[in-house]
Amino acid sequence: MPGYLQIVGRITAVTLVDTNLMVPVPFLVRRRFRETTDTVTLEMVPQQSQDRIDFSPGQFNMLYAFGIGEVPISISGDPARPETLMHTIRAVGAVSSALVRMKQGAMVGVRGAFGKGWPLHEACGKDVVLIGGGIGLAPLRPVIHHLLNNRKAFEGVTLLCGARTPRDIIFRRHLKRWQRRTDFQVEATVDAAGATWLGHVGVVTRLVAHLDSHPSNTIAMVCGPEVMMRFAVWELLQWGLAPDRIFLSLERNMKCGTGVCGHCQFGPVFVCTEGPVVSFECIEPWFHRREV
Amino acid sequence: MSSINEILAGHRFFRGVDPIFLRILNECAAMVDFEAGEIIFRQGHDAKRFYGLDRGRVALELHTPGNGTVVIETLGPGDIFGSSWLFPPYNYEWDARAVQDTRAVAFNAECLRDICEADHDLGYDLMKRFAGIMRNRLQMARLQCLDIYRLSDGSRL
Repeated sequence: MPGYLQIVGRITAVTLVDTNLMVPVPFLVRRRFRETTDTVTLEMVPQQSQDRIDFSPGQFNMLYAFGIGEVPISISGDPARPETLMHTIRAVGAVSSALVRMKQGAMVGVRGAFGKGWPLHEACGKDVVLIGGGIGLAPLRPVIHHLLNNRKAFEGVTLLCGARTPRDIIFRRHLKRWQRRTDFQVEATVDAAGATWLGHVGVVTRLVAHLDSHPSNTIAMVCGPEVMMRFAVWELLQWGLAPDRIFLSLERNMKCGTGVCGHCQFGPVFVCTEGPVVSFECIEPWFHRREV
Repeated sequence: MSSINEILAGHRFFRGVDPIFLRILNECAAMVDFEAGEIIFRQGHDAKRFYGLDRGRVALELHTPGNGTVVIETLGPGDIFGSSWLFPPYNYEWDARAVQDTRAVAFNAECLRDICEADHDLGYDLMKRFAGIMRNRLQMARLQCLDIYRLSDGSRL
């Protein structure tokens, strides 16, 4: 139900905010998967089935650790299975650490889903290149599920994923399964490894030059630390991809999730409503500005 | 099997090189194959060859006493390695090991240096290409040193 009237950012737009989006819904942690030493994936179900959250790949939820606080976390599950909600969380601050510590049976408050996801419609009929660095692979996993669930709708699908070391790679079981597919090229690289590692060593952006597809029919989706994304964009542009074919998932200080509070402003963009996924073309003038 | 000329013409490093230059370079080149696990060269050894990778994967490594072998970087088709041929005292600075069965075009270093001295246009073209690769690798090495995944304070990602 619409709640209160509010004026959004540019004054010209007056919208109604759904007050339901401001109230956390209780979800039960059904399973917990340890990904790395500081990262877990929580599989959650709503206490009441009508509270399930339908989402698009790339969207995020606000997760509330009761009594501690709320953080924005991208959804990392399969959009075709909205009855279970998956979030992959890295322990960084007080709230994310509390979420990472949560065990089976714990309760989490969830608001969402928020934001604009990956451009799946635009990707139809094209080669799709996904570049994920570190935990940046998590927001890309729903896209991977979608691409593989609808494989015939897309041309070549390539995943380039990077991590510090082999032990820091998340979704290792999934990666192995995906690597066995003949219709999905998966390349994993790490910054440092011993001689037993048979994958690539080097930064993930270096793999761009080895792409098989042609830039004129390719769309790229990139998620990772902002420094990594800067270099990924540079490599993709060098490779010949147009700025409007490069999509990034931005991370900013999201609080309300509805474009009201302004904490997540990135130049003219409210990341929580107009992002987190944006085209590089759209944010290019602000991408290298320190003040933004 | 492709001829050396065909491989060079399609190789990323040599993309756009004047066909006349390619024919000259061909005089110093030979196809070489390495089995997975085979050591291609060792740190400190004479840099007698420089390689253009056609197939497979090669790891540049460093042996660290007490910690075993550390892989610095892996290279794939379209990459080059063994650039120590360019700089005195012409010794390899890393170990190179084939991670997979690998095929490469190997250039005789002495022959290559002679060609570059004899034909400065060709030499300058090659140097520009090497400079670009080295700049790129330096940038990537800096990124590796930055440890960007640890630096990131994001939890949403």
